[in-house]
Amino acid sequence: MTTSRNGTANDTPDASPDSGGHGYSGVPRWLYLPAAVGALFVMLPLAAMLAKVNWSQFIPLVTSAASLDALGLSLRTSAASTVVCLVFGVPLAMVLARRPFRGQRLLRAFVLLPLVLPPVVGGIALLYTFGRQGLLGKTLELAGIQIAFSTTAVVLAQAFVALPFLVVSLEGALRTAGKRYEAVAATLGAGPTTVLRRVTLPLVMPGLASGAVLSFARSLGEFGATLTFAGSLQGVTRTLPLEIYLEREADADAAVALSLLLVAVAVAVVGLSYRKPGRQVAA
Amino acid sequence: MRNAFRKAAALLAAGALAAGIAGCAGKPGPANSPADGNASVARALSGTVTVYAAASLKETFTELASAFEAAHPGTKVMLNFAGSSDLATQISQGAPADVFASADTRNMARLSDASLLDGGPRNFATNVLEIAVPRANPASVSSFADLPKPGVKVVVCAPQVPCGAAAEKVEKATGTTLKPVSEESSVTDVLGKVSSGEADAGLVYVTDVKTAGDKVKGIPFTEAAQAVNTYPIGTVGSSKNKDLARAFIELVTGSEGRKVLADAGFGAP
Repeated sequence: MTTSRNGTANDTPDASPDSGGHGYSGVPRWLYLPAAVGALFVMLPLAAMLAKVNWSQFIPLVTSAASLDALGLSLRTSAASTVVCLVFGVPLAMVLARRPFRGQRLLRAFVLLPLVLPPVVGGIALLYTFGRQGLLGKTLELAGIQIAFSTTAVVLAQAFVALPFLVVSLEGALRTAGKRYEAVAATLGAGPTTVLRRVTLPLVMPGLASGAVLSFARSLGEFGATLTFAGSLQGVTRTLPLEIYLEREADADAAVALSLLLVAVAVAVVGLSYRKPGRQVAA
Repeated sequence: MRNAFRKAAALLAAGALAAGIAGCAGKPGPANSPADGNASVARALSGTVTVYAAASLKETFTELASAFEAAHPGTKVMLNFAGSSDLATQISQGAPADVFASADTRNMARLSDASLLDGGPRNFATNVLEIAVPRANPASVSSFADLPKPGVKVVVCAPQVPCGAAAEKVEKATGTTLKPVSEESSVTDVLGKVSSGEADAGLVYVTDVKTAGDKVKGIPFTEAAQAVNTYPIGTVGSSKNKDLARAFIELVTGSEGRKVLADAGFGAP
């Protein structure tokens, strides 16, 4: 798609500095130094943590019943919250990207709010919504549904903080993809749902995938909202970050070992499935 | 222009690296303020004393710090409140604290065992557990024996933290087994679950119930005497202002400190 942009052949080569041609990288050399400092800033603490790992105890520490419970719970709840994000985030991103309406900017600001909100605040807000005394919680409790102190509460807390990641990624992808193919499909007689299914979604699949991965990763790291809203009980609500926070009180070695485990899982998830941002569908 | 940029960037990078390396070595950063650059300070107390105190001491120590500053003009008390375990870790990593007040003897022992204290710690207060229930007391809890009953949502601290260790001790001593719906990592989290009505009852300290005001109701129970928590205070060995640190500890352990602490519900050591 990007290749067709620079129109005619008599354009000078310099006219497209961002086309990723050979020779010219577009990065001034002095930029490398702050870039290196920035990279070091992120990696040095990880290296410091790695140096603190008690390797002789590493395996027993990360395979204790409490650790495995926490890891399993984290993976399950993060997967569930990613599904929740997809179910609600995809329509939300579609609406935000494709249909201008009154109050759209306000809606977007609210949807993105959990990105900048301290997770504790999110937890408090969820508590007053789904808690036993909360806005919806009271009704739910009458219906026999108890969310407080349940694994559902963990998933809700994770979805709350992870949803913006999906919406932002997907909205960006939708806007970059443009509406041309959709318009063509529509003129050829495809209904809106068919266009969405056969044109739009395949077109933004990389953006959707990276958004889902980011949501999963964010869910995996969720801590504040879970602690405030869901509580902490082994196998039920104590996810890996909560287990680390607790172990840090008593056993620093265990906390470091579990931290490494979480980092490894996060790197694996993000590294394996996160694609270069901005890359468009080739064919 | 380009050169100047490069120089500045290089300086910044070098600075960042130096800071990183100093941090790795576990040395405290340059803590001296420009004010006390001159080493020959007069005998009269002056300067800043940094106090790391357990979160449960927030109200009392804030009051005592004001009293200290009023009694010694020209001094300033910097307070840092957090979980005792966090504070002990920070101090052992070189945080610039002058005084450490812990909510349990275990975390103070971590510092004294590592020879990070100046002299021995002194016990200055005790605290016992109390049952906290939401004001409406929906589960009609009136004693410790009510807590294991089915349908009562009890929240306690995890055994890894002092309040949870105390709860476990009481359980063992009384032969009761609680089935908590959550084991929180701090006493404030337990209190939060109770005051918001999420939980029917929680085990917290007497002083926490007092601090929470009328949001929760406290139910004292005799079995709590099985687990009394002792609060020690001590001067940090690397302190640059030990005179001031000792003076503050005198205040806390003296009659004025005792009175403020007793008003907040703390017991005598």
